[in-house]
Amino acid sequence: MNQAVRIERSTRASHFFVSFGLLLLFLLITAPFYLGRSELYLLVEIFSYLALASLWNLLAGYTGLASIGQQGFVGLGGYSLFALTIFFRMPPILAVLAAGIGAALLAVPTAWVIFRLKGAYFAIGTWVVAEVYRLVFAQVSALGAGSGTSLPTQVVYSIAPTRVLRDNLIYWTGLGLVVAVLALIYLLLRSRWGLALTAIRDSEAAAESVGVDNDRTKFLVYFFTAGATGSVGALISLQKLRISPEAAFSVNDWTAFVIFIVVIGGIGQMEGPLIGTIVFFLLRGFLADFGPWYFMLLGAFAIIITLTMPKGIAGWLAEKFDLDLFPLRRRVRLPKQKSDKNPSKTPKDGPRINYRAIRRL
Amino acid sequence: MDLVATVIDGILLGGLYALFASGLSLIFGVMRLVNIAHGDLIVLAAFIAMIVIDHFGVHPLVSLVLVVPFMALLGYGLQRGIFNRALDSDILRPVLVSFGVSVFLQNALLQAFSADSRRLQAGNLETLHFDLPGGVAVGVLPCLMFMVALVVIGGLQLLLYRTELGRAFRSVSDDQQTAQLMGINHAHLFGLAMALSLAIVSVAGVFLGIRGNFDPSIGPTRMIFACEAIIIGGLGDLWGTLVGGVILGIAQTLGARINPGYQILAGHLVFLAILTLRPQGFFAKIR
Amino acid sequence: MRSNGSLLEARVLTAFYGDFQALFDVDFRIERNETVAIIGSNGAGKSTLLKSITGLVRTKAEAIYFDGEAIGGKPAYRIVEQGISMVPEGRCLFPSLSVEENLAIGAYSKRQGPWNLEAVYEVFPMLKEKRIVPATALSGGQQQMVAIGRALMANPRLLLCDEISLGLAPVIIKEIYAQLERISAEGTTLVIVEQDIKRAMAVSDHVYCIREGRVVLEGRPRDLGREEITKAYFGM
Repeated sequence: MNQAVRIERSTRASHFFVSFGLLLLFLLITAPFYLGRSELYLLVEIFSYLALASLWNLLAGYTGLASIGQQGFVGLGGYSLFALTIFFRMPPILAVLAAGIGAALLAVPTAWVIFRLKGAYFAIGTWVVAEVYRLVFAQVSALGAGSGTSLPTQVVYSIAPTRVLRDNLIYWTGLGLVVAVLALIYLLLRSRWGLALTAIRDSEAAAESVGVDNDRTKFLVYFFTAGATGSVGALISLQKLRISPEAAFSVNDWTAFVIFIVVIGGIGQMEGPLIGTIVFFLLRGFLADFGPWYFMLLGAFAIIITLTMPKGIAGWLAEKFDLDLFPLRRRVRLPKQKSDKNPSKTPKDGPRINYRAIRRL
Repeated sequence: MDLVATVIDGILLGGLYALFASGLSLIFGVMRLVNIAHGDLIVLAAFIAMIVIDHFGVHPLVSLVLVVPFMALLGYGLQRGIFNRALDSDILRPVLVSFGVSVFLQNALLQAFSADSRRLQAGNLETLHFDLPGGVAVGVLPCLMFMVALVVIGGLQLLLYRTELGRAFRSVSDDQQTAQLMGINHAHLFGLAMALSLAIVSVAGVFLGIRGNFDPSIGPTRMIFACEAIIIGGLGDLWGTLVGGVILGIAQTLGARINPGYQILAGHLVFLAILTLRPQGFFAKIR
Repeated sequence: MRSNGSLLEARVLTAFYGDFQALFDVDFRIERNETVAIIGSNGAGKSTLLKSITGLVRTKAEAIYFDGEAIGGKPAYRIVEQGISMVPEGRCLFPSLSVEENLAIGAYSKRQGPWNLEAVYEVFPMLKEKRIVPATALSGGQQQMVAIGRALMANPRLLLCDEISLGLAPVIIKEIYAQLERISAEGTTLVIVEQDIKRAMAVSDHVYCIREGRVVLEGRPRDLGREEITKAYFGM
């Protein structure tokens, strides 16, 4: 009697993870009621980095667009927020979303120009564009030019009348933003688009031959990540209550750290940014006082991990323990056959069937 | 006449950018690697020169006698130790690894030398100038840099097209596997290419240090200039890189003339414009 | 039984591409100065066998012996230095190099011997006229000559030819094989991989037939019947 071969996505681990995630979400939503100001601030930072890392992972790890210019959209988001709230009196929380839309719109001409470049030159092209945005905003005196500006008091008050309420609102916006980003990425990867991305990443030529429109898919992903990155950037500047070209467009803060997080956590897997963000903040807690040594360590780590553990910690966990937290991979469950009882009887020199590899498809 | 002076300055500045770019172009040609740490290596060379000058009291150009071999050896080690392992796979790995090297290097320099601005004192060289008819003054240093760029690129062309080593570089760039069948140890050859690249970087670094202030953070921008020169000129053609550098240099000096704060922005905008209108550059050999 | 002083010997040779096994326990022997043909259909493992010998595919050290020395697992550039040269499938000429430069790069390993540019031009005179032309601008047949010449420039003791008749007109093939005979007569041991059975049988002293990564038939061409070969080749 042959049982049918089943294709599944969830595993026991992912079921556990979902329950754990829901509990965590509840704790996070209620956090303002039992955590202090600085803890909330730190949590928003963590949310921001998690979101940025997940987005960069989608862009580079899944779509193969190695961008080192995402700081451009972070800065665009920040400056858009400041402009919208200062000049157009938009409610700041709403402006976080609007700033994202603004960043996404600017991604259109950006992509049109830099998609002409390939590979590493594409990466540098993204950096050039980010620099252009930075240099342009450094000339806008209405927003403080080179030294930047602080968010005016009436705008700050328009978030909420009391400081506690302001902090909470910003916190909940941050939480909402990161949950939305993760959910959207997950849904995207689970859909037909996700398959298309994996196909493009593995072989562009093969993907085209089965009907994937490479350019359009890549552009849509770029568009989406630019917008989401812009919103995160808006939130970051909102929390700081201050903006400057150096800070908003910082390569170190918004690209180097983000890349580090994804590389250590694991590129091309959703669990990667999650693990990487935790590791990053732990390291930061212990080492940030050491200044340049801290950066040197991060740089060295990134190099070593890229060369020796290319799939990062998440990849290592997936191989060692077959652990999959986000139910994304489709697993082939082979039916149990009587002849499987003695697998050691497989001839040593014959073809070796790697069941794990099959499950990984 | 003022405009003429600006354009001449731009052309000569282009020589420096071509010098920045030729090492990068060689590497890209041979092994398709874009070394994001390239600019930081130029700055490293300037700092090494500074140490040599402080220690031995020689002229910056003389310090090259020590700086070039040091950087060449460093390049060989860097390639065989780190970059060789990142090649032969997807495009993301070399980007990540060279980005990591860039971050590491910048901060190592920061730790060792602090963020203070430095300068390499070259005495007369900095102020000597030719007086051209029409009241235009052209510095000796920029002319020297341009000449050196010509010599370097000419030398590289000779190497690539008239020597066995150059033949080996070109064959390995075409087809690594078949090159191995010829008896070429591509790991070693890549190391040699990087050594050569960093030898050129040393010269660029010393000129960088003589020409203006430098500090650990200016590396990435120089790397971007080098890439812009390469892309404008067209991938794979060294003389094209010279043309690209000149175009970039002129764009920058013209921008600076309008407003000193616009210099770099002008260069980027011209680069993006050319990228939009003629994405393959002017003399592309590699697609 | 054949003597043990073979030029090249493969013992229990296995080869993998990742998890995919391409060769299963191949035993294979080449004597000095003979011409050995390897036949088999597409994907049988013929090219893999050659790549294992030249070091492009990793094998165990003891799996391949060249003149008594274990060479399995050595990197390709070392194996050329030992005296094994290959004309790869598809020719693989260097597009950035001219005809003469392609030939010259063949001598990179600096092995001494009778083959140099003049000697190659003597065997393939039409190449001399085209020496400065980019190699890939030549016709298929001429490119094949460049590829063979390039391999000869390494002064090999053993020359491996992978599917050199692919895509060429019969008249050209005939000429190339005539030159190969001449090359063989001058003392080079040849291994020829072919899909064209008739041609392979006509020029070789010994034939191996490979199917699905295993040697399924071997022997002297005159001892093997047509039916026998067809059965082995197609697995019927």
